[in-house]
Amino acid sequence: MDRERVKFRIGKDKAFMALVILLSFFSMVPLFLILFYIMRNGLSSLSWEFLTELSKPVGEVGGGIANAIVGSFLLVVIASLPAIPMGITAGVYLSEHKRGRLSYLLRLAVEVLQGTPSIVIGIIAYLWLVISMGGFSALSGGVALGIMMLPVITRATEETLKLIPDSLKEASLALGVPYYRTILKVILPAGFSGIATGILISLARIAGETAPLLFTAFGNPFMNLNIIKPVNALPLLIYNYATSPYPEWHSIAWGASCVLICIVLILNFVTRIIAQRWKVQF
Amino acid sequence: MLEESLEEVKEKLLQSASLIERMMEKSMMGLTQRDEEVLLEVIERDEPRENELELEIEETCIHVIARYQPQARDLRTIMMVSKMNNDLERMGDEAVNISESALFLIKRPEVKPLIDIPKMAEETRKMLKDSLSSFMDEDPQLAKSVCERDDIVDGLRDQILGELVTFMASDPTTIERSNHLIRISRSLERIADLSTNISEDVIYMIEGKTIRHGKFENSKTAFEA
Amino acid sequence: MESTVLRTAGLSAYFGDNRAVKDVTLSIPEKMVTTIMGPSGCGKTTLIRCFNRMHELIPDSKVEGKVFLREEDIYAMNPMIVRRRVGMVFQRPNPFPTMTIYDNVIAGYKLNGLELSRAESDRIVKESLGKAALWNEVKDHLRRKGTFLSGGQQQRLCIARALAMDPDVLLLDEPTSALDPKATAHIETLMTELKKTVTLILVTHNIAQAGRVSDFTAFLYLGELVEFGSTGQLHTAPRDKRTEEFLRGKFG
Repeated sequence: MDRERVKFRIGKDKAFMALVILLSFFSMVPLFLILFYIMRNGLSSLSWEFLTELSKPVGEVGGGIANAIVGSFLLVVIASLPAIPMGITAGVYLSEHKRGRLSYLLRLAVEVLQGTPSIVIGIIAYLWLVISMGGFSALSGGVALGIMMLPVITRATEETLKLIPDSLKEASLALGVPYYRTILKVILPAGFSGIATGILISLARIAGETAPLLFTAFGNPFMNLNIIKPVNALPLLIYNYATSPYPEWHSIAWGASCVLICIVLILNFVTRIIAQRWKVQF
Repeated sequence: MLEESLEEVKEKLLQSASLIERMMEKSMMGLTQRDEEVLLEVIERDEPRENELELEIEETCIHVIARYQPQARDLRTIMMVSKMNNDLERMGDEAVNISESALFLIKRPEVKPLIDIPKMAEETRKMLKDSLSSFMDEDPQLAKSVCERDDIVDGLRDQILGELVTFMASDPTTIERSNHLIRISRSLERIADLSTNISEDVIYMIEGKTIRHGKFENSKTAFEA
Repeated sequence: MESTVLRTAGLSAYFGDNRAVKDVTLSIPEKMVTTIMGPSGCGKTTLIRCFNRMHELIPDSKVEGKVFLREEDIYAMNPMIVRRRVGMVFQRPNPFPTMTIYDNVIAGYKLNGLELSRAESDRIVKESLGKAALWNEVKDHLRRKGTFLSGGQQQRLCIARALAMDPDVLLLDEPTSALDPKATAHIETLMTELKKTVTLILVTHNIAQAGRVSDFTAFLYLGELVEFGSTGQLHTAPRDKRTEEFLRGKFG
């Protein structure tokens, strides 16, 4: 192997490395562009009043997005209440039963649900709840979002629990601990990090979902805490205001986008911290 | 585990050795004091007990090797314990021989006053005691000294033999009795030899060097120690 | 004369149609170390898992015959109770990673919802860690999670955890095969101490370890109990040819 050839190969290596770095850099560009634009356009709208006041009618100065923030929060709570226990339970079942009819069907259902477009889920919720209840409501919106959370949580739970070695379960059973306590007090705590991560990721996801809310929660110019009445949410507000003809509303939309992005970023950040601190090494 | 088993087997070996010592003492006492009972004890009670101990010790030695695969010093120890065990058993047989001859002699008049035989017995007993002490105290010096005294006992045996031959030549009626006395001296000499064996085994156990079969001069440590 | 703490009568265990333990009848003497020895796959782990009713947790498994713990039929008892009286230590040390050392030791009580006063649990922790020869090494770190412990220490923690339940019998399934030689030696010494307070049943395919540690040995081959006797006897002059072949290393 003469020196020329070796040099050429080293050169090739370096060129390849440079290409990889360059492409990675480029793939970060959209993210930074988004953040940059939103910050640039939205930061000016942010203020304490912005976050705490209700929206004002067109023409009036000021106004805020408080009802949208509260509405989003309400929807997340309604979505989480059924989704988290159901998701975790399904995940536990799937990790315990790798074979069998129910496992197969459950797995299939989760996969299909994960791939279902959010607007379709919205339509289902519309058919189930909006029509039967006779009107739009926070409840129907929450249910739609909950359905979207379900497969993410189930998947995350199953994958986390799969990583926990059987010996842990055996250790508990060998002490005479009944099965359900073993799951609740040994296995789930050991998988806390992964499960919590799954929940937070699903939250971050639904925080920004708009389509299903279009015909379930519907939106509301006023503050509403009644779950059987329509409610506003950040994505809804952004959609409505951004497509409106009023420039004041556009800037509000930018501001709301800013808030939404910040919430998502914070959620992701918190997720990382939790995953790190509570991680259990096997 | 291993340490405990080794301690246990060493203890048993010492028990066996004390028994042999007593057997020797008793057979001598029975001879010099014409005590038939004590001689019968040696033959009927002590020797079977010695055989029992020998079997126990042998079994324990094999078990220790099988279970613990002892290494280096522990291995030498257990192997030598096994050999010493055999030697002790043979000493027991010799003590029985002495007692049997004594039983014959005490029923008949003396050929001559018993001086040399008790002397030889005492010398032999000391050799046995010292060889066992050198084992317990792990004292190669003591062991070496036992090996050197073997010549003394051999000399005594030759002396006794010479004397008795003279007796037998002059008075044929003393032949049978003299024969038994010669047997006794030969048994004592064998016990002394076996004590020497034990001492050689002790040196191997402690130092890992063998001085058997005249490799005496080659064992530097045995000289210097 | 030893008394029997656990005995089986015609015990068979199945995985589906596969009979892994075939008609085993044996008596385990009390306060002794009994080793179940045999080549890989001979059914020894399956056998001891019948003693604490863990085998039945496997789907499509079956157990025939009887197992008596102090003359009580364990298959007529509540399985949770059986598992508290017959403790188990596994091949890979498995302390609960989310619990402190202190909590690990009394985990059997906590997880079962059994109430303990502070004084009682302190006492149990100290005693169990003491019996497992781990107290001095961890007494100042009881509130830390056990993850910083070495493999050998973790295994001793698992032993302490099992001992805390005050079992009649402790099952040890190849407890040292995942440990380095020094940790192995510790555990072996520990076993010779432990047998004074609790009966030990050890599963191993390590013949030398079986010889060093146990008082009695059972040789299992292809699910059958081939021979059972005192360890010294079995290692020196086994009665069955298969035992002999195994000991001599002809198969393993």
